[in-house]
Amino acid sequence: FFQYCLSGHPTLPCNVLKFKSTTIMLDCGLDMTSTLNFLPLPLVQSPRLSKLPGWVLKDGSTFLDKELKECSGHVFVDSVPEFCLPETELLDLSTVDVILISNYHCMMALPYITEYTGFTGTVYATEPTVQIGRLLMEELVNSIERVPKAQSASMWKNKEVQRLLPAPLKDAVEVSMWRKCYTMPEVNAALSKIQLVGYSQKIELFGAVQVTPLSSGYALGSSNWIIQSHYEKVSYVSGSSLLTTHPQPMDQASLKNSDVLILTGLTQIPTANPDGMVGEFCSNLAMTVRNGGNVLVPCYPSGVIYDLLECLYQYIDSAGLSNVPFYFISPVANSSLEFSQIFAEWLCHNKQTKVYLPEPPFPHAELIQTNKLKHYPSIHGDFSNDFKQPCVVFTGHPSLRFGDVVHFMELWGKSSLNTVIFTEPDFSYLDALAPYQPLAMKCVYCPIDTRLNFIQVSKLLKEVQPLHVVCPEQYTQPPPTQSHRTDLMIDCQPPAMSYRRAEVLTLPYKRRYEKIEIMPDLADSLVPLEIKPGISLATVSAVLHTKDNKHVLQLPPKPPQPPASKKRKRVSDDVPECKSLKPLLSGSIPVDQFVQTLEKHGFSDVKVEDTAKGHIVLLQEAETLIQLEEDSTHIICDNDEPLRVKLRDLVLKFLQKF
Amino acid sequence: MTRECALLLPGVCAALADPRQPGLDDTCLEKLLDWFRSLTWFDPTVELVQDNPCLPELITSVLALPEPSPSILSFTLQLAGILASSETRFQHLQEEKLLGRLFGREGPRGGAAWEEASVRSAWVKGVHSMVHHQPALHFLCTMGGMDVIFALQGDPSLFVASAASQLLVHMLTFSLESETSKPLSTKDCDWPACAQMIIKHIEESLQSSSASHIEQSLKLLTSLFGSCFGSCYAAWTEVLWLDIANQIESFLLEDTVKAQHVLANLLLNVARSPVFCGTEGSFWALVTSALEHLTPLQAGPLAVGLLKLCKCPQDVRIQALTVLLQPMDCILRAASQPLEYAGLLDESVSDPVTVESLLSSKTSCAGLLCQTLAHLEKLLSLKHLRVDLPCVSLLRSLMTILQFCNGFLSPTSPLGSTISRNLINCFRVQKSALDVLAALSEKKGCDTLIGSLFDVLLAYLQSPNTSPTVLKKTFQATSKWLVHLQELSCSNSQWQQTEKILEDVFLVLQKRLCSPCWEVRDSSLEFLTAMVKCLRDQKEFRQSLLSSEVLRLTENLLEDPESYVRASAVTAVGHLALITYCAPESPVIGNPYNKENTVAKLQEILSTDSEGFPRRAVISIFTKWLREGSGQLEDTEQFVSRVIQTVEHDLDWEVRLGGLELVEVFCSQTICQLSPCPYAPVSSAVSSPTPQNELLQVFCRAKLFGFLFRSLCDCDKPVGQRACDVLIGLRGHFYPMSTLENPQEIEDSPAGRGIAWLQRTLRQGSLAQNFPTDGGDGVDFQDPESMMLALGAIDLLELHDELNKSSNHVEESPQSLLQDILATMGTIEDNEVDCY
Repeated sequence: FFQYCLSGHPTLPCNVLKFKSTTIMLDCGLDMTSTLNFLPLPLVQSPRLSKLPGWVLKDGSTFLDKELKECSGHVFVDSVPEFCLPETELLDLSTVDVILISNYHCMMALPYITEYTGFTGTVYATEPTVQIGRLLMEELVNSIERVPKAQSASMWKNKEVQRLLPAPLKDAVEVSMWRKCYTMPEVNAALSKIQLVGYSQKIELFGAVQVTPLSSGYALGSSNWIIQSHYEKVSYVSGSSLLTTHPQPMDQASLKNSDVLILTGLTQIPTANPDGMVGEFCSNLAMTVRNGGNVLVPCYPSGVIYDLLECLYQYIDSAGLSNVPFYFISPVANSSLEFSQIFAEWLCHNKQTKVYLPEPPFPHAELIQTNKLKHYPSIHGDFSNDFKQPCVVFTGHPSLRFGDVVHFMELWGKSSLNTVIFTEPDFSYLDALAPYQPLAMKCVYCPIDTRLNFIQVSKLLKEVQPLHVVCPEQYTQPPPTQSHRTDLMIDCQPPAMSYRRAEVLTLPYKRRYEKIEIMPDLADSLVPLEIKPGISLATVSAVLHTKDNKHVLQLPPKPPQPPASKKRKRVSDDVPECKSLKPLLSGSIPVDQFVQTLEKHGFSDVKVEDTAKGHIVLLQEAETLIQLEEDSTHIICDNDEPLRVKLRDLVLKFLQKF
Repeated sequence: MTRECALLLPGVCAALADPRQPGLDDTCLEKLLDWFRSLTWFDPTVELVQDNPCLPELITSVLALPEPSPSILSFTLQLAGILASSETRFQHLQEEKLLGRLFGREGPRGGAAWEEASVRSAWVKGVHSMVHHQPALHFLCTMGGMDVIFALQGDPSLFVASAASQLLVHMLTFSLESETSKPLSTKDCDWPACAQMIIKHIEESLQSSSASHIEQSLKLLTSLFGSCFGSCYAAWTEVLWLDIANQIESFLLEDTVKAQHVLANLLLNVARSPVFCGTEGSFWALVTSALEHLTPLQAGPLAVGLLKLCKCPQDVRIQALTVLLQPMDCILRAASQPLEYAGLLDESVSDPVTVESLLSSKTSCAGLLCQTLAHLEKLLSLKHLRVDLPCVSLLRSLMTILQFCNGFLSPTSPLGSTISRNLINCFRVQKSALDVLAALSEKKGCDTLIGSLFDVLLAYLQSPNTSPTVLKKTFQATSKWLVHLQELSCSNSQWQQTEKILEDVFLVLQKRLCSPCWEVRDSSLEFLTAMVKCLRDQKEFRQSLLSSEVLRLTENLLEDPESYVRASAVTAVGHLALITYCAPESPVIGNPYNKENTVAKLQEILSTDSEGFPRRAVISIFTKWLREGSGQLEDTEQFVSRVIQTVEHDLDWEVRLGGLELVEVFCSQTICQLSPCPYAPVSSAVSSPTPQNELLQVFCRAKLFGFLFRSLCDCDKPVGQRACDVLIGLRGHFYPMSTLENPQEIEDSPAGRGIAWLQRTLRQGSLAQNFPTDGGDGVDFQDPESMMLALGAIDLLELHDELNKSSNHVEESPQSLLQDILATMGTIEDNEVDCY
């Protein structure tokens, strides 16, 4: 059992598990926080951004001023944004047999793995995961490709140079590994390697292990995975939720009796309760709009946005906002809204029942129908004709570095009437806002993260009782900014084993059993002997045949026929010779009776000594010792073979043979 | 007993004794028993049983049944007990040999019916009713009843066990009070036999090794001391106490008997009893010892009880307070660096480790704190607390608890971390702490902490994690402390701090008024109203309010989908109007929410809102405006008239009642305005109408009389009563000396027919509850002359009495009860006939 930890991000995990003879990659999340170090990509020429001064070193050197720009005391790389990939050096990724994906957020690095490492295996994921994952990738590629940037900065990555830079650039890890975004053909190639699976479907991997996805309750099609053999069970919990939102509820029962439970993807904001945050979101939205301001919600095109729209659907009438337009702008907006309505089997019970009425499961259909919600692929085209203020705009990317959101930040940033409300927890909102400073618009941080919190985790662990828990190191201590909150960490017995990026863990579990089949004809030939009531034993002589990780005991080949010809046998035909088998012995020797027997057979001077492990029977005259212990009997006599044989036979009389 | 009842009773008794009859429901039987209780209460004579032989017969027949149903057997036991409550009836029943068969050895006890808890309970109740005279007591002692009662103390049914315990207390008291003439000083054979038996039982139980027996006896003693308040009990209760005090003390000190939890109540009741009026003596030493040895959870109720006593020695009081403050002290110490703050207490009463361990445990932490906080709130509400509360430290401790609960405090000590972990997100503790905080606002001396207190309160108000119920409590505490803050800033001129706090409060209020959770919107509006009520005269408050968005948001909420919110918005807008339309700094220009619009909006709600709450709120705001007379309403007469016409047909009786209240205020104000000042010079102008006439004309124009008279026949009684009260008040004004005495005068008048019709209608109407609408013979409610006559002619006082009679006085009479029982029971015969 080994776990190679390729990502240090607790909610964007990438681990490789070596289990029996298989190599399984669990998720391949892409850490996009690296993009926060780059300047935003404006959709239209931004005079403000283009006029930012180049960064000058303390000693006045200006060789970096083309690559690095300064904005309100922060330094940004002026280049196409790059992403921090999972570790690729820790093990040879071409040896990975399968990749299991748990949700669409955790597959964003897939093209880097499947297209660059020589990977030849299969990827397993549910259908909504693949479809929505594709949308996310498409949006990402589209946002970056439609704003081509001639310049590509690399000088700053030089280790010597990086050391001279201000934080956070100075502390950025593995900058040499940062890569530009993949392309659509790479996305398509990667997605073509995915095999679709359904919840509770059992997938055999090389006969050695079986993997099964379970509903995790976090997003459409999100799953936890069970990886098990006949005698071992590893559960992989990644991004799960117990709240009642739109997806199917989490399957907890199937996680029981795990030997090892790998726990990732807990809430990133453990102190914020999602209900309170939704309330905060609505209140701030209403206040801004009532004052004549616009609201900008940087978000992903799928996920929490469905719940927010549902919440607003109930709220807008009561808050007197019925006439305020809601815009959803994303190259995949239409597909996202429509996909959500067709994955009925992956939805929670309430929404599933709506489908049979038949009604659309999500109320955003009605918002669209009544023209309250309008969606556009981008700000160009129809949107500019329809655009009315004050309004509410949902658009990506939550990092504020690319996508249509950049345009709205530039447009609305100068007025204090407007508000930007952050709901995605993946990026620090202050870092995201840094290149837009100074900013007049109001900023509200309402991170909505429905993944498990620590109270729920502790209940879950009590419920499913795994033998060992493995988790990212961040979960084993309180958050750095709130070191007194000892309630915000995993508390279990035995303590959880933690991992960090680029670490190889030996999982605390030893394999002890393997299942072997016995062929019927071999089974027929066995003669069990009852040695204790209820326990029978039989000796087996057989050949162990192993193929495709299945082990079978077969009858030994017949003894070789005498050679029919004098032709010399080929060495390879040689079959191991079967010697006549000695019987196996069992039972114990009652000392008193044994002594009586010895006396009957003429040994008169028998003495018995008790030892720590058994007895020693002394035959003084014959200068012979018989050591009787629980698991061995020794006859020690000098060169008197007939005596030894005689004594041996007397000992054997007390034992059972088979 | 009336003749009608006496005639019905035999039938009822026969039906009750008939095993074929379906069981009556328990309420009926209970009502019947209540009736018998009322019949026997002041009448000890034997006549009831002699004149109604069906009663003993009923008992006989039930006893003759092979398997009487538990409910009828229970009824019979209780009935017999009630009947036997006087000596003469007891003798009568004894002569018929009934009591022995019910309460004696041959009675139901021990039989199959005894398995039913209701039967055992009825047996105890029956005995309790019976034991009000010596023969009954004697009867019970000789029939082996005492042992049964002793055994029932440990009954699996808590009701039976408690009733048995109460019975023993009653018997002991009765026996000692009735059987002895001289004061009992020492316990000796002078004590009556029954009392001796009970005392002996108590003593034996206390000395036994059975925890349950000990607990039973302690509970018995607790209720005994709890029931003896007269000074006449002093002598023997003291003797009894001295006899058991040592035993009680040993329970306190030994851990072997788990009876501590009962001891606190016992000691408290003894402390309250008149025996220990003096502050000397060993008893108080025992109480002190209890405060030391009981756990804080057990000692809490004792401590708070002691603090309420007038005659408790001061040192014990201080000790009791210390016990209550210990958890708060522990919190303060756990949260701060050593020696940063002196804790709350100089020394603790019991071992501080006990409190620490209770607070360190997840299961007991919240419980202990909630109990302590509830006790403290009770103490703070007392007018005369005879010890000084360390308010500043208490406030600091409360703030610490609140900060632990929202995770804002990082404690340095390990104990602090554990407590913090236990308290994070604990709503129960948050709510209790906020209650105490609100109560503490009225205490002096906390001024230095007020800044940091508002930091804590604002953090709660701002946090999205604050639950709606906790938020409501936070609002309540905040409004109380804002009042205190205002007083403070008046005295020390620290306006800046006040303005900053008010600004922050209004900012967060704005956000909360937009919450998607209606409970939050509702409590935000209530908070706003509370603030306006207390602070509307303060300039800073008015300025902060008027410069915020709160006014506009509040007006918006008049259209909230949730009716409770609409109602609260109406109330808030009503109160805000008192500021905005009178205050000189009101931003009138460009404000669409001016006076006329607000009045029109509220009237619209009153006439169109589909829910009752907002309409009730509107009518009470209108009344408030009228009462305050602060210029909201220009043409009051027209306004009242419009409101009356809207309200009159409202389906909600509380709205109609509110309308009457408005009319009452209007009447009294108009009378005050139009009545001549007794010292004013008499006007010489002949043509001007007299004030009385003018008043009548105003009332008639406002269509007031029609509303009042129609309301007399309202289907909801309170409305009729209120209308009658208002009319009586008006008549008092128009006929100050006497009513119209000459009926001829009415008949002769042109309106005579109409008045007569009104009189007739009202007489029936109060019964018919239906005011005729056809105006054929009707009366002109807008004619001043007719109304003057009507006020004088109609006997409003009689109407008043009629209306005040409980509406179900007919249905609740014993006669009707008996008829009901007969009707229910009678059906069986009809069915039989049908079957045949």
